Amino acid sequence: MKNLISERVADFIKNYPPFNVLDSKSLFELAEQVLIVYKEKNSIIFNVDEPQHSHFYMVHKGAVTLNNPTNSNIIDYCDEGDIFGLRPLFANENYKLEARAHEECILYGIPIDIFKPIAKKNDQVTIFLMESFASNTRNPYAKNQKGQLYDNEDEEEVTTEVVLPDLQLASYSKKLVTCSTRTSIKKAADIMSKKKIGSLLITSKDLPVGIITDKDFRNKVISGEQPITASVKTVMTTPVITYPKNLTITQAQMAMMKSNISHLVITEDGTPNSPALGILSKHDVMVSLGDNPAVLVKAIKRTSRIKKIKQIRKSVMVLLTGYLEQNIPLGLIAKIISELNDTCIKQVVEISIVKMDTPPPVKFAWLALGSQGRSEQLLHTDQDNALVFEDVPEEELSKTTTYFLELSKHITKGLNTIGYEYCPADMMASNPKWCLSLEEWKNKLSYWISNPGPNEVLMSSIFFDYSLAFGERSLLDNMSDHIFRTVKNYPIFLVHLANGALQSPSPTGFFRQFVVEQDGQHKDSFDLKSRALRPLVDAARVLILSHSVKAISNTWERYEKLAELEPNNKELYLACSYATKALLKFRTRQGLANHDSGRFIQLDQLSKQEKMKLKRTFKAIKEIQELITLRFKVTNILG
Amino acid sequence: MGLFKRTPKNLPEFWKTYESLFKETQSKKFNDQIFVVLDTETTGFSFEDDRILSIGAVKITNESISVQEVFDIYLEQEKFNKETVHVHGLLKNGQRECISEILALEKFLAYVGDAVIVAHHAGFDMGMLNTALVRHGLPKLKNMVLDTGVIYKKTLIKSYLVQPKSNYTLDELAEKFSISRKDRHTALGDAYITAVAFLKIISRLKEKKNFSLKYLLR
Repeated sequence: MKNLISERVADFIKNYPPFNVLDSKSLFELAEQVLIVYKEKNSIIFNVDEPQHSHFYMVHKGAVTLNNPTNSNIIDYCDEGDIFGLRPLFANENYKLEARAHEECILYGIPIDIFKPIAKKNDQVTIFLMESFASNTRNPYAKNQKGQLYDNEDEEEVTTEVVLPDLQLASYSKKLVTCSTRTSIKKAADIMSKKKIGSLLITSKDLPVGIITDKDFRNKVISGEQPITASVKTVMTTPVITYPKNLTITQAQMAMMKSNISHLVITEDGTPNSPALGILSKHDVMVSLGDNPAVLVKAIKRTSRIKKIKQIRKSVMVLLTGYLEQNIPLGLIAKIISELNDTCIKQVVEISIVKMDTPPPVKFAWLALGSQGRSEQLLHTDQDNALVFEDVPEEELSKTTTYFLELSKHITKGLNTIGYEYCPADMMASNPKWCLSLEEWKNKLSYWISNPGPNEVLMSSIFFDYSLAFGERSLLDNMSDHIFRTVKNYPIFLVHLANGALQSPSPTGFFRQFVVEQDGQHKDSFDLKSRALRPLVDAARVLILSHSVKAISNTWERYEKLAELEPNNKELYLACSYATKALLKFRTRQGLANHDSGRFIQLDQLSKQEKMKLKRTFKAIKEIQELITLRFKVTNILG
Repeated sequence: MGLFKRTPKNLPEFWKTYESLFKETQSKKFNDQIFVVLDTETTGFSFEDDRILSIGAVKITNESISVQEVFDIYLEQEKFNKETVHVHGLLKNGQRECISEILALEKFLAYVGDAVIVAHHAGFDMGMLNTALVRHGLPKLKNMVLDTGVIYKKTLIKSYLVQPKSNYTLDELAEKFSISRKDRHTALGDAYITAVAFLKIISRLKEKKNFSLKYLLR
């Protein structure tokens, strides 16, 4: 009996090997028996040495890692459409690896009993299985995966193979853009600008005969050698260097060095006598190697698909792990990572604007708030953002608001796709309360500052750490000026903000013990964010605001600025700056290790040395809290 | 009450079987609990005047849905409200095989057993089902009921300035949780979307310290 859900399942699995070769009868037979499994992030799907399940899995939504828990190495990473956990069922043995939900997942459990006979009947399925097993056994514990981009141009291709980077297949661009030999140089240049590509393949009778690149234009056209009306034939590089498609990255690099060229053409049989399948550029090779931020930025900017950004962000995480391993100073790491995150966000905004029917009616600015605004966000966290647009005549306001709300919805959805959770308190620009004109924002800010209740203080503390993520800087400056003016008129606001900064209890309690969480899932763990980082962040904010310094929203930079402004407190401020960086690094390490936000730390898992380090930062926290209490005479309003 | 209520011995066998499941008060661990996520398509919004067109349901056991074990039935109609055809796309004499209301209820009771029922805006689906039961002289459903519309709100942070809306549609939930809205407005399709949303809501709520079935029912 066919039902809607089995149709849904069949619709999905038929796109991926080995199911893509099945006839529809077998496909439905299989789909009807599928188990749809939901797994929370970080939960285990199967453990090492666990007896086999009755089914293997295909990732429908989310991502799964296969790990070797003895040395906590990630062996493989399965994305939508990838299958895993199949080999033990065929080999009739217990699981050799641990499978863990890397993200929240929906999995399809495909029963082995139903699958086996189908697989036996179908040669292509058997071949697929043989191939994927072979590559799995060749090197089942490949350790050196650093720098590998989990990217795959061809989504139909299965990425369950484990390969050493130098054996990794080069992924080439399959979206071939070609022109004929008679096309004019001008026309060719137009095509390249329109498609945003750096090279164009020239074909004759469907066979590749030459390539032109930006470099050819520079060297042969702008130099005056050829007019732009001449045909591309006069400037193209010919013959093309061709290769078959199973080219590894190393081979590609060698080929390019050997012939001193930057583009290879992949053809059906590897010779120039068969049609081209794609182009492999030096850029593609660089991206495949991956561990270069400049290359990643370029890759992000090139893409017009949000899903692609999500893939690139995975290599940002690989980069981050590498930096931490090499013990590079955190200030530097944060700069690079926030730059990459910024680029991702900008690209999401760009893509979202294209999705709208019309360009934005007036100038606007997309603001990053909270930790993202402070450029302290190394791991994925919630979205906190807002939108401000230029003032418009009153009769235009509602129409303009509607436009920007719709745009914001596209953007927040896109950000969610690339890995930023929605803000559970809905502090996002897609909320009408956080998508306002400049005038409306000013009114709201004035209200918060002149009526500082606990909520207003909380709102302002999130908001005052904004930075420009996209758009018009003058709007932001205008808001900052407004804040400083209003704060001058209502100095009591600073006292409230200072009071708020003292709300988080000091991290060390009685008997020099850590203050740990008392209940809930995080019992007996230390809340690094609210006990240690937040007091530092909050204190820096109120102090910098009292000095009316704008445009520094990063906490350790704020402390460095404060050290400059108040030489008598220089030592304390520098200690705070150091403590912030140390804690953030700590948190990032923890987060990467546990694949979460790194907020909660299991104290018993820390080494003695790590505990000492943590405690040293607490001294700075205590002193900065004392300074604030004295300076803003907070005791007067406590209660 | 009870003027037209049948005495227990007049109740049909399938009802007795269903009822007997509730005799023992077993306290199960949350993970062992079976949930039946259901959705009904109806001719309209009145419990008395409108009728159920179809019932779709999926069963969740240990965070999994078995595709084989879904419930998907269409009911024979005497009444027909042409104004809602555009919503659910079910025609009076469509191609689907239809069964009588009482047979549908019998099958449904056998399917649901003592599972916890989950539905989006459950009050409506429960009202339609219970009215149908009463129409056939049967008592109301005895299962515990969870409403995804209500428990979703427990995942949101309450704050004075940003208040959660009083009501979230299934479309909004699908959007928030990035669930494909394919098969929307078929009973089984909606039941599946509700089931995935339910699993996602639960995973967010599990972090709370007092998490339990009781907490959800509150």
